[in-house]
Amino acid sequence: MTLKAQSQQMTEQPIDKANTDRVKQLSYRRAFMLVLKRDLTIAMRHKDDIINPLLFFVIIITLFPLGIGPEAQTLSRIAPGIIWVAALLATLLSLDRLFKSDHLDGSLEQMLLSPHPIFVLVLAKIFAHWLITGLPLILIAPLLAVLLHLDENSYTALLLTLLLGTPVLSLLGAVGVALTVGIKKGGVLLSLLVLPLYIPVLIFATSAIDTAALGLPYSGQLAIIAALFFGSLTLAPFAVGAAIKVSTN
Amino acid sequence: MWKFLHPYANPETTYHFTNKLLPWLTALAALFLSIGLVWALLFAPADYQQGDSFRIFYVHVPAASLSMGIYVSMAIAALCSLVWQLKLADASAAAMAPVGAAFTAIALITGAAWGKPMWGTWWIWDARLTSELILLFLYLGVIALHNAFEDKNLAGKAAGILTLVGVINIPIIKYSVDWWNTLHQGSTVSKLGKPSMSLDMLWPFIFCFIGFALLAGVIICLRFRNEILARNSIRPWVRQLVEKQLA
Repeated sequence: MTLKAQSQQMTEQPIDKANTDRVKQLSYRRAFMLVLKRDLTIAMRHKDDIINPLLFFVIIITLFPLGIGPEAQTLSRIAPGIIWVAALLATLLSLDRLFKSDHLDGSLEQMLLSPHPIFVLVLAKIFAHWLITGLPLILIAPLLAVLLHLDENSYTALLLTLLLGTPVLSLLGAVGVALTVGIKKGGVLLSLLVLPLYIPVLIFATSAIDTAALGLPYSGQLAIIAALFFGSLTLAPFAVGAAIKVSTN
Repeated sequence: MWKFLHPYANPETTYHFTNKLLPWLTALAALFLSIGLVWALLFAPADYQQGDSFRIFYVHVPAASLSMGIYVSMAIAALCSLVWQLKLADASAAAMAPVGAAFTAIALITGAAWGKPMWGTWWIWDARLTSELILLFLYLGVIALHNAFEDKNLAGKAAGILTLVGVINIPIIKYSVDWWNTLHQGSTVSKLGKPSMSLDMLWPFIFCFIGFALLAGVIICLRFRNEILARNSIRPWVRQLVEKQLA
């Protein structure tokens, strides 16, 4: 499938007029779906890429009760923070894969050369990354919340903040990865670049969960996270595109 | 309208311009800083509540506002370099980053020193302190990204993109942190027209502020000259300059 997708892209280079006309028929939506399908297929063939960040997430969360003590009250007080910080770190760990292999085998350059705007292709790659890392995180989070004695009122808030917040992590992280993909030791640098940008999501998400635990409405925090989501959804792909152009220079 | 700027796209012209600018900036910075600091530390009246320890304000507030101002100028330079491909804008952004980081660090350290007698602790997770700390992280990220690339032109572009992403994020981070926790006293100086401090205290502050801004200008100018020379080291005019220096 990947080979097919790649070879399809190769043949779609605008060599002459007739060829460009044919390429134009490939709509943005189809281009988006192609890249998405390709990335998901690659991920399915390296399953440990999906499982390892998830395991990391679970292990970090198990470490906290061991370090802090098993009292249910303390744990339920700090559970939102722990889950969200662990989610940040797990996303950070998985970000490297977003562009690295494509950069190494040259398909990132092919994407830049393709007649489609890099915006669409990058968005597809980020969406694939979220499906692979963000979604499993959301699915496993309630289980971990039980381990941490999270307040029962907060479960919906936890899931909603994760649902709106993890795409922001993928989108902002993609900017950092795109900037560091050409550098040899980009991993540590990446965390330095990306983590400060994650702070607003962390603040509003944990605050929403805390408010929900008190039985108060948390729609305000949720609205702000949604605003962050739509803001980064519209702006981040442009920054990623510009950064990839710099990195693949 | 912008035609007068065109010659300064040439590194040589800009280098000579900074040469002429530098003595003036240095003299003015020395003048303002010496007047401002002597006035502030010796002659300004002590605060009725905080006593003499409020005098750290004359260093703390200029450093804090410059730390943000320099980031914004860095972002403007980055935008100019990305939009109009001005190489010198890159050089100026590279020159500004460490200076801004230093001012951020000064603001944090003086803030801690002020917090100890006033709040009874060196550090509090207060909104302004936290956002200043995050600003320091953003600066360090830009500097680290700059150093990670071998090619200075690429480094400038990458750091520029990061700076622009950061500048969009700064207000968001600031408001989120404000909303998260607030203990820091409100703004005293910037309430235009009706500053909530007496004029005997405000005047030395204005001198200090201008002095520190000029000092930042001097340091940035020096670093900018070095950047220009380093980036153009193979050009004949740089060689001539070096030969003249050596002779």
